[in-house]
Amino acid sequence: MEGIDKLQSQDLKQIARRLRSHIVKMVGEAGSGHPGGSLSAVEILATLYFNVMKVDPENPDWPDRDRFILSKGHAAPALYAALAEKGYFPTEKLITLRKLGSPLQGHPDRKSVPGVEVSTGSLGHGLAVANGMALAARLDNRNYNVYVLLGDGEIQEGMVWEAAMAAAHYKLDNLIAIVDHNHLQIDGKISEVMSPEPVAEKFKAFGWSVQTIDGHDFDQIQTAIENAKKVQGKPSVIIAETVKGKGISFMENEADWHGKAPKSEELNKALAELDGQENGQS
Amino acid sequence: MAKIATREAYGKALVELGRQNKDIVVLDADLSKSTKTALFAKEFPERFFNMGIAEQNLMCTAAGLALSGKIPFASTFAVFATGRAFEQIRNGIAYPQVNVKIAATHSGLTVGEDGASHQAIEDIALMRVLPNMTVVVPADAEETRQAVQAVADYHGPVYLRLGRPAVETVYENNYKFQIGKADQLRKGQDAAIIACGIMVNEALVAAEELASEGINVMVVNMSTIKPIDREAVLAAAATGAIVTAEEHTIMGGLGSAVAEVLATEKPVPMAMVGIGDTFGESGKPAELMEKYGLTASNIKTKVKKLLEKKI
Ligand SMILES: Cc1ncc(C[n+]2csc(CCOP(=O)(O)OP(=O)(O)O)c2C)c(N)n1
Ligand SMILES: [Mg+2]
Repeated sequence: MEGIDKLQSQDLKQIARRLRSHIVKMVGEAGSGHPGGSLSAVEILATLYFNVMKVDPENPDWPDRDRFILSKGHAAPALYAALAEKGYFPTEKLITLRKLGSPLQGHPDRKSVPGVEVSTGSLGHGLAVANGMALAARLDNRNYNVYVLLGDGEIQEGMVWEAAMAAAHYKLDNLIAIVDHNHLQIDGKISEVMSPEPVAEKFKAFGWSVQTIDGHDFDQIQTAIENAKKVQGKPSVIIAETVKGKGISFMENEADWHGKAPKSEELNKALAELDGQENGQS
Repeated sequence: MAKIATREAYGKALVELGRQNKDIVVLDADLSKSTKTALFAKEFPERFFNMGIAEQNLMCTAAGLALSGKIPFASTFAVFATGRAFEQIRNGIAYPQVNVKIAATHSGLTVGEDGASHQAIEDIALMRVLPNMTVVVPADAEETRQAVQAVADYHGPVYLRLGRPAVETVYENNYKFQIGKADQLRKGQDAAIIACGIMVNEALVAAEELASEGINVMVVNMSTIKPIDREAVLAAAATGAIVTAEEHTIMGGLGSAVAEVLATEKPVPMAMVGIGDTFGESGKPAELMEKYGLTASNIKTKVKKLLEKKI
């Protein structure tokens, strides 16, 4: 099972466009949720699920699968969309997001959705859980990789740095963290609320291998992950420079769209923009 | 009457306090728009500290400010305040008896669609078990307004539990909130309902409906859960049957606090309305209240069942 059939970046773009469309529809239909940080992570999720990770939607508990942890759990719509597109469950389910009785809880619940590895939503947990999985892989002689996506506001949590220290200490080279560096959190710009900068230098000082890339460029994401997989004796982090709300003009770089649902007019506008992108107008 | 969220009333009351007292300082953890401390931040930017997404740091920084003469209000969602920062609160605030006011919003199931990870249904229990901690759960906007003032005047650690959705008005401004003093909202001799938070209004509705069936129940708003008003509990016990109602797990919350008094001083038949041994889930606040039995009709059912047991 070494490697998977690689998609062309044109196909990935189509997938990304579908994920964005699912995200705005789901959140719009739910009437609440987090579009901004879901949209900034779309290219990262599309690359991971469709071009990198060894996973089998038919067999979600396959012991040798690669693991993905959405530590910034509020981006659940992006994860659910990727899992549905990958075939873990029908895409029709997506519009039940946040409704009473739906498996698609406001924040990911591992008990109710196949493919969700860890229940998240409380920021700061994911990296430590990823460390645990990476340590277990070593104990069991399995060669899966563990991927974890962190928010750039999330890394203000002290626990993230406790885990960063531990990952380097235990030389977890089967661990690849990605920071969705969209420069915004709820109360505004991360630089104004509580600056975690310089992020790359901090991880370097903690003993990590660090790369900084454009988090919306498929080739750069792919290359950075391939590089990270080759690193030995230390964990890797990819600082992905992204735009919060990416792909929907009026949501881009607006802190307000962190946790707000589009009204039906806004939803139509968003979907029209995505259609335009499909027809190559953007 | 207009419905107002207790977090909204909290934000406004903080601004009032800030105007009266320059020692009032406010801290938040990247949720100031939701907790409404943003109102204070706007008017007193130099006395507002956003700690970012770092609740443990939030609590101990507040402790440092309090130990230096300030009166800090530290706010975030209830689940992160009492959960993530529990040990900072225990050893950094409660044990050394530091004058920090932990004002946590988004408590209970009525957080709604965000789901179980964000619904604090155990925060009263967590705070109630800490020595030196005072626990206050206002029922509506007016009681919140007064409670904010009262906890600022009181010297010592306080946990103030606030909610997300707009809630019914229980009090006009002729009411006087006092820490440690329950309020008897309705007289009655057949049974008593002791409630807190949004369940106070449900209790009043239940009592009204029961009255039309000839059952007269006392309604008590136990807005200070700790120290609990023992006299008020014993007065309620004089009816011979008590139902407690809270938007919280029945393990360790208001019901347990009342049961502790009854068991040791005056055992009477008792029933609890609250959340069972389960986490919440995503849904609309009203749907969740219904599904988890946090309703006037469930209180009514419990009262009637209890009356059969009454000696
Ligand atoms: C422990 C914890 N504290 C607070 C929150 C509330 N919260 C949800 S999202 C968020 C901001 C996240 O910002 P960032 O990590 O930058 O995410 P992104 O910009 O990618 O959406 C906050 C404070 C939470 N979910 N968990
Ligand atoms: Mg961010």
